[in-house]
Formats: sequence, C-alpha cells, structure tokens
Amino acid sequence: MWPLISTRSAVGDALGGWPPPVLDPAGPYANPLATLSWVLFGGAGLVFLVVLAALWIALFGTAARKEKLGGTRAIWIGGVAFPVVVLSVLLVWGLSMTGSLTAPIRGDEMRVKVTGEMWWWRIAYLGADGGAVLHDANELHIPVGRPVVLELESADVIHNFWVPRLSGKLDMIPGRTNIMRIQADAPGVFGGQCAEYCGGPHALMGFVVVAHHSEDFARLMTARRANIRPPAPAHPDLARGAQLFGSAGCAACHRVAGTGANGAAGPDLSYVGSRQTLGAGILPNNRGTLMGWIGNSQAIKPGNRMPPYSMLSSDDLRALAVYLEAQR
Amino acid sequence: MNGAGCGSCHSAPGVWPEGEVGPSLDSFAQQTLIAGRLPNRADILADYVRNAPKYVPQSGMPAMPLTEEEARDVAAYLYTLGRR
Ligand code: HEC
Ligand code: HEC
Ligand SMILES: [Cu+2]
Repeated sequence: MWPLISTRSAVGDALGGWPPPVLDPAGPYANPLATLSWVLFGGAGLVFLVVLAALWIALFGTAARKEKLGGTRAIWIGGVAFPVVVLSVLLVWGLSMTGSLTAPIRGDEMRVKVTGEMWWWRIAYLGADGGAVLHDANELHIPVGRPVVLELESADVIHNFWVPRLSGKLDMIPGRTNIMRIQADAPGVFGGQCAEYCGGPHALMGFVVVAHHSEDFARLMTARRANIRPPAPAHPDLARGAQLFGSAGCAACHRVAGTGANGAAGPDLSYVGSRQTLGAGILPNNRGTLMGWIGNSQAIKPGNRMPPYSMLSSDDLRALAVYLEAQR
Repeated sequence: MNGAGCGSCHSAPGVWPEGEVGPSLDSFAQQTLIAGRLPNRADILADYVRNAPKYVPQSGMPAMPLTEEEARDVAAYLYTLGRR
C-alpha cells in the first residue's frame, strides 16, 4: 500500500514514520493545531464518559434516577443547553487560537513559490520584487525562527502542501495562488507530503523542509545565488557524465544552473547532489539510488514522467551519477 | 537495505521499491556464484554489497553506503531468500 508505512524511506524517516507526527509541532503555525486537537480529544473523552454514565443509569439505575434522566429538564440541559454552550465556546476559542494562521502578511517575510507538479515540487525563492532569484525542487530550505510565506500554485491538477510538523494542509489549485506560512523553531529536517490525491504516484510525492540557523541559511543562499559551488572531487567520470547529460537528452527536461542545461519539464538538478532524498522524497540519495533512478525510475515510481534509460550502460549510469553528485 | 536504497535496483521481499536495474534477489540463497563470478560465501558477499566495483570494476552495482556490520546483516538476510 503506502510505502511510507512499511519501509524506512528518507521522507518516512523525516515524517517520523506512520502516522504522520501531527501532534508533534515544531513551529508556531503548527502549535495551535496540536493544542486544539488535544482539547478536542479531551473534550470528546469527557462527553463519552458522561454518555456512558447516562447509559449505566438507564440500564441499572434506580427508578427515581431513570425518571430524572428521562425528564424534560434533563433533555433541555443535556440536549440543548450543554451542546450550545460547549460548541459556542469551542468555536470562539478555536478561531482566536488559529487566528494567527490567517493574520495578514507583513510584507517583509521571506517568500517562496512552491508549485505542485505531477508528481514532484517546483521551488522558486522570490526576491523583494516578487521575481524568482533561485530555482530548486523537492527540498525547501528555510531559516529558523522566521515566518516564511509560501505561494502555493499548481501546474496541472489539485495538489496539497502538507508538512505535519510545521503547518496544516493547504490545497494547491490550478490558476490560483494560495498563501501559507510556515516557521521552524529549531534546525531540523521536516518531511512533507502531497495530501490531495493527484493521480498514479500521488503517494510517492513527498519532499523535505530543511531548517538552518540564520547564518548558515544566509551563506547557502548567497553561495547559490552567485553560483559558487563547493569544489567537485576529481573523478575520471565527471567530464563524461557532463557530456552524457546533454547527449542522452537529460538537459531537455532538467536544468543545471551555470550550464547549458535549461529544461523545465522535470525538477531542477542544480543542487541534486546535496538533496536528502531522490524521486520527490522517496529514496535516500546516494550513487546507487541515483543510478537506479536514472536506469529505470518507472520500476521505482510507476507512471512518473521521466522515461527509463535502459539503453545506458553501467558505465554511463555511473558517469551520470558522478556528475549529478557533484551538483551541490 | 531500505535505508541504503538497494530497492532502487533490486527486488527482494520486504524491500521497497522493486527496482529492475539489477537482478531480482528473491532466491539469492540458491545461487552458487555472486554476480556470476565470485564464490557465494558470507564474507565475500558482505564485502561485495558494500563495494561491488572492487570485484567487478565495470559493475552496474556501485559501492553502497553500508557499515561493515550493516553489510554482514544484509548478507545474513540475503541468505534467507529462497532457501530450500
Ligand atoms: C521527458 C523529460 C525527462 C528526461 C528526458 C529526463 N528526465 Fe529526469 N526527471 C523528469 C521528471 C518529470 C522527474 C520527476 C519525476 C517524479 O519524481 O515524479 C525527473 C526526476 C529526475 C531525478 C530526481 C530528482 C529529484 O530531486 O528527485 C533525477 C536525478 C533525474 N531526473 C535525472 C535525469 C537524467 C540523468 C536524465 C538523462 C539520462 C533525465 N533525468 C532525463 C523528467 C525527465
Ligand atoms: C545502481 C543499481 C544498484 C544498486 C543501488 C544496488 N545494486 Fe546490487 N546489483 C546491481 C547490478 C546491475 C548487479 C549485477 C552485477 C553483475 O552481475 O556484475 C547487482 C548484483 C547484486 C548482487 C549479486 C546478485 C546475483 O544474482 O549474483 C547482490 C547480492 C546485490 N547486488 C545486492 C545489493 C545490495 C544489498 C544493495 C544495497 C546495499 C544493492 N545491491 C544495490 C545494481 C545495483
Ligand atoms: Cu500531488
């Protein structure tokens, strides 16, 4: 069924296994949801106990008690007054509690556009003027302790953006921009998952959010914006991999910043070597999984929009993997 | 094996996904040779799953991020597959 349940995939680790850690919030936009949930669980538990007590009286109580329980007064109190009061209080309290989630955007927050694609995530960090300054995919980097405004869009069908430890769920709807905020209180890796059925490999449409200390985050963004890469370890296959990336047709669908590869049909691979996951949050990222994905991603994620490359030799696969590992 | 992602190339019971780049390992314990070349012995297998290119330089099976201990556990698991 859902592989995240039965296996240790990278995103499964980040999600903390199954069920998703919805009651383990890690930021101010997830806290109120967890508190609200606990209050609802507690309240439901109490009401359940009261109902059990009433049932007990109805079955085994004295005649006088039964009389009272069936009287008009009991019905007015238990059937009308109690629910009206409890539900009204809950509504007001719940709205005030989650009000912070819909508070207006201040305008000075960091903004990122996340676009749902079948079946991966396109990510664009936006500058002050709203234009994209950096492109990436399947992994969102944020600084800790600051709200990040996400502009959620879709390129095809309805998807849903969900990072259980950082936020509630919000639909990504074609032709619309939905705004959501997330914030992480401490550095860490938080798993995310598409939460609206979007066709075939929907359950394999995951991603991770990586929260960094502010200085680390600033350093990462500055380096990437200036296209300053950590030096690639010398490897005899590197040049061949780069050449194959063009000649095997990868560049038609994938972009690698600073090279001629500028395809837009698939995820940006400029930093794929430093990603925590592959295949949109489903595999660990190492040479083996890279080679396996390129060789036949259809056996891994059936129906995804990248063709299998059964015509490549093991040497070709290795060279491509070495080249992609160096894209950090 | 799930932690290292062997499933991106192999199928084996309890391992996800079920990749098709390498051979199925469903009845590996019945084989006499590893990769058609090496004697199928526990010590060689444990080393092979970590560093296949050392034995077969052109192999489609790359070195994998397993510790020695994990590799021994993987080998032990592989020997349970298809035992008659
Ligand atoms: C027809 C367009 C297309 C071509 C050609 C193509 N890809 Fe892809 N690729 C995709 C799509 C679409 C995805 C996202 C699949 C998904 O996760 O649903 C993808 C995903 C990937 C990923 C995983 C990225 C991640 O972050 O998870 C890698 C690595 C990759 N491709 C490498 C390659 C290489 C190497 C080649 C050339 C041998 C290639 N691709 C050719 C469309 C393509
Ligand atoms: C990039 C794809 C890839 C990955 C990832 C991969 N393998 Fe392999 N594996 C292969 C290929 C291809 C062969 C066949 C090699 C040969 O015959 O020379 C192979 C062969 C093997 C064999 C010998 C099979 C036989 O029938 O003789 C074993 C055992 C094995 N792999 C185990 C593993 C384990 C365990 C992992 C994870 C730690 C793993 N592989 C990861 C591609 C891969
Ligand atoms: Cu989706």
